Amino acid sequence: MSKLVTDPNIGAPDDFYAALIDAHRGLPEADSHLLNARLILLLANHIGDLEVLRQAMALARAGVAGDKAAT
Amino acid sequence: MLRYQHWPDQDAADGARHAVAIVGAGPVGLALAIDLAQAGQPVVVLDQDDRLSDGSRAICFAKRTLEIFDRLGCGAPMVAEGVSWHTGKVFFRDDLVYSFDLLPEPGHARPAFINLSQHRLEELLLHRAEALPAISLRWQQRVTAVEKTAEGARLTVATPDGEYRLSCRTLVAADGARSTVRGLLGHESTGQTFHDRFLIADVRMEADFPPERWFWFDPPFHRGQSVLLHRQPDNVWRVDFQLGPDADPAAERAPERVIPRIQALLGPQAKFSLLWVSVYTFACARMARFRDGPVLFAGDCAHRVSPFGARGANGGVQDADNLGWKLRAVLRGQAPDWLLDTYADEREAAADENILNSTRSTDFITPKGAISHLFRDAVLGLARDHGFARRLVNSGRLSLPATYDGSALNTPDADAFEAGPRPGAPAIDAPMENGWLLDATHGGFTLLAFGALPDGAAQALGDLVPPATVVTLPAQGLAAERYGARDGAFYLLRPDQHVCARWRRFDADAVRAAHARALCRDDAA
Ligand SMILES: Cc1cc2nc3c(=O)[nH]c(=O)nc-3n(C[C@H](O)[C@H](O)[C@H](O)COP(=O)(O)OP(=O)(O)OC[C@H]3O[C@@H](n4cnc5c(N)ncnc54)[C@H](O)[C@@H]3O)c2cc1C
Repeated sequence: MSKLVTDPNIGAPDDFYAALIDAHRGLPEADSHLLNARLILLLANHIGDLEVLRQAMALARAGVAGDKAAT
Repeated sequence: MLRYQHWPDQDAADGARHAVAIVGAGPVGLALAIDLAQAGQPVVVLDQDDRLSDGSRAICFAKRTLEIFDRLGCGAPMVAEGVSWHTGKVFFRDDLVYSFDLLPEPGHARPAFINLSQHRLEELLLHRAEALPAISLRWQQRVTAVEKTAEGARLTVATPDGEYRLSCRTLVAADGARSTVRGLLGHESTGQTFHDRFLIADVRMEADFPPERWFWFDPPFHRGQSVLLHRQPDNVWRVDFQLGPDADPAAERAPERVIPRIQALLGPQAKFSLLWVSVYTFACARMARFRDGPVLFAGDCAHRVSPFGARGANGGVQDADNLGWKLRAVLRGQAPDWLLDTYADEREAAADENILNSTRSTDFITPKGAISHLFRDAVLGLARDHGFARRLVNSGRLSLPATYDGSALNTPDADAFEAGPRPGAPAIDAPMENGWLLDATHGGFTLLAFGALPDGAAQALGDLVPPATVVTLPAQGLAAERYGARDGAFYLLRPDQHVCARWRRFDADAVRAAHARALCRDDAA
């Protein structure tokens, strides 16, 4: 089973982060949400491996407060 | 109107007695009755109504269903009358997002789908049923009580001239979503109800839309909702408008509400007339078990789906296809009673598959909550330019037959096959020198032999009960390709055309064992 990579994997982390914030610059909040959704879909397809995607979704959800299902 | 008739056995002192009784003469009950009767098995069909289904119900009948109706001797008039189609188009807002082809290859007798009203389909089934003397078709006879007995089941039947009792060894409940029989036996069908309401209209008009399935998400003429358009015969069109959960069903049915919606779709010049309008909500649900002793449950009685994907009647007809041969074998003493358990096993798994697909389609079409909506629109927005997103668009995963993976009736592959239907899968059609492969397999169990049969092979199988018909096909060509059998190979098909087993080389003992296994018999190796 493939494992989600959570060790540092992005060569230039600050550049990535700035690019992510930049991508949203000037957008109304609703459009930003749409951008995020599109981004998730594009990246998910790039990853392709459903096992890895499930691990990422679980990890993302586990860190979110207010998750009643997890308690 | 379908006439009530008083049958002599209604006056029998200790009640009427029959081997098989079917409650419900919808598409499922009629299909099963025909399957039994055309093989000589007498059957009684009871229906409370005095007419066939009317209004806007099923219109899309899938290739597999048509192949089953071919086996039942009534596929040809349906295909001749229906509108054949294989292309679906999906629109988002103002744009065509993509189109899909449900049957991109030639060399199949039947189209991917036909559109034909359920009423006409039932008329054609009825026409076929009426030609079979082994069917006693009883209209205006309503089952009001059911009791399981040591010998089978006993029914109370209400008729226009009073009640009578009817006993049968096997009872098939095909009495629809609100099944009386299911309720009387204390069973339920449970699942999920969807809250969105849909306006479904059948409209007569002259229009030049092609015979394709057109689906709009959030179109300019019906903002924020979805619309589905299908062509039926005789210039009749089916339009589904999503109305949302808060719509008032009575108000939405009114012509002054319906006409502007259709006018907006067709444009101000269009002339049309309304044939039928209804407002529906949909549910996905099934019974926990499709068998309770002498009673078998089929069709909408056993399972319900939302219509996106056209899996309701299509799934139900496959129930009948699965049950018919098993019931015949058990009644004739050719198989033990627990062959009927495999009906429940196989069709419950198929129902789960249909429910899963139809639930996912409904969730995509009617997203719940802002985030589901956002992802849905993000998928649609990406779909026009990106192939990966097209695969995520779900306007209905259209009915395909189930493969009975893991069924006790399958003999797992011992030889390697790179292609072809695996054990449990339905046989695939292909052209033969004269006619079609599937048409050659209507005679019960069939041994498909690609290439010449070894000497003595047919004789070695001559005493199988029920017999297996040998059909020889060339070891080269389209059929051999579709079965991964270029080198000569053998497939054993069940009477419902699903694969029992396949081999690279003929082995009479292996065929006998697979045949016995498909009948749940002890002599299976
Ligand atoms: C809007 C809409 C669109 C649809 N589109 C499609 C589609 O395109 N493709 C598709 O495959 N499916 C479609 N379906 C589903 C399809 O209509 C059903 O799945 C199908 O009718 C089920 O057939 P059935 O024989 O199980 O039950 P039914 O057709 O409901 O027949 C049950 C019969 O039992 C009789 N009965 C009931 N109770 C008793 C009793 N106590 N005694 C005697 N008789 C009784 C009734 O009179 C009736 O004739 C659609 C449904 C709807 C509502």
